[in-house]
Amino acid sequence: MNVWLIFLLGGLLTFGMRYSFIYLLGRFELPDTVRRALRFVPPAVLSAIVLPELLIRSGQMDVSLTNFRLLAGVVAILVAWRTKNTLLTILAGMLALLILEFIF
Amino acid sequence: MSNRQKSFWAGVRAELPLLIGVAPFGMIYGVLALNAGLEPVPAQMMSSIVFAGSAQFITAQLLREAVPGLVIVLTIAVVNLRHVLYSASVAPYVRSLPMRWKLLLSYLLTDEAYAVTILHYEQEGAHPVGHWFFLGTGVALWTCWQLCTAAGILLGATLPESWPLDFALPVTFIALVIPALKDRPALAAAVTAGIVALLAYRLPYKLGLMLAGLLGILIGTWLEGRKSPGGPL
Repeated sequence: MNVWLIFLLGGLLTFGMRYSFIYLLGRFELPDTVRRALRFVPPAVLSAIVLPELLIRSGQMDVSLTNFRLLAGVVAILVAWRTKNTLLTILAGMLALLILEFIF
Repeated sequence: MSNRQKSFWAGVRAELPLLIGVAPFGMIYGVLALNAGLEPVPAQMMSSIVFAGSAQFITAQLLREAVPGLVIVLTIAVVNLRHVLYSASVAPYVRSLPMRWKLLLSYLLTDEAYAVTILHYEQEGAHPVGHWFFLGTGVALWTCWQLCTAAGILLGATLPESWPLDFALPVTFIALVIPALKDRPALAAAVTAGIVALLAYRLPYKLGLMLAGLLGILIGTWLEGRKSPGGPL
């Protein structure tokens, strides 16, 4: 599929979801179960993206000290947990990986 | 200054602190999009056509891995599902606006614009120029996002290829997800999804990601339901 078509369809779907209940005039309430489930979308989806990025190296699971992305990821997780600061977390994680790759 | 203008600029001002976090995110997207093999013009246009940070990051990633287009589109839809909730939440405040306003504000309804706007509506209630405040937050974010994407694209072209810039994606998601893990169901949703994603990594077309996301959401919802009033944990 052409990238422009992907953007267009992705953009239309995103817009459709943003417009959905505004279009329905707020007369409709989301069912309670759905409302509660939506809260878990970001943690579930983001975590499902992050973990393989950290742990799978060249198609294999790599839980070792030579997996620098895992180590840098742990640094980022600790910084995010302690500071809750987006910018600081990104900088710490990137810097950790750069330093590890530079030294070893 | 008219009340409309006052309300608009109040929205812009309220959005400014959030832009400090959004700006690097936008630049990293620009860098990452080039890194994924996108040309500068499509990379920039995705920021106005899709206009959703995490979905753009994932799209760039999936394009690099040459994942089929239909799967990318579906992934964008799943990642942006939360906007349905935002839409439901602001709908009562904008219900009497003309259609063109509803279309414009829907286009601008991002995480960051929503967060600021809903707080304003909850504090001030629905007032005659409330939609101008909403517009202010949305326009501020939109402008920042376009400029930072452009800066990232310009910067990305000058950075050496050996730099592990693709690592910006998982690190940015860590920055977003960790502060959101405020209770046990949210933590369980994240851990479940992460483990399933690892186990199902070999499934084609990123189906593992979908499966992991769905199972995580189910576990979170189930755990939360169990501790609802009357039910023992």
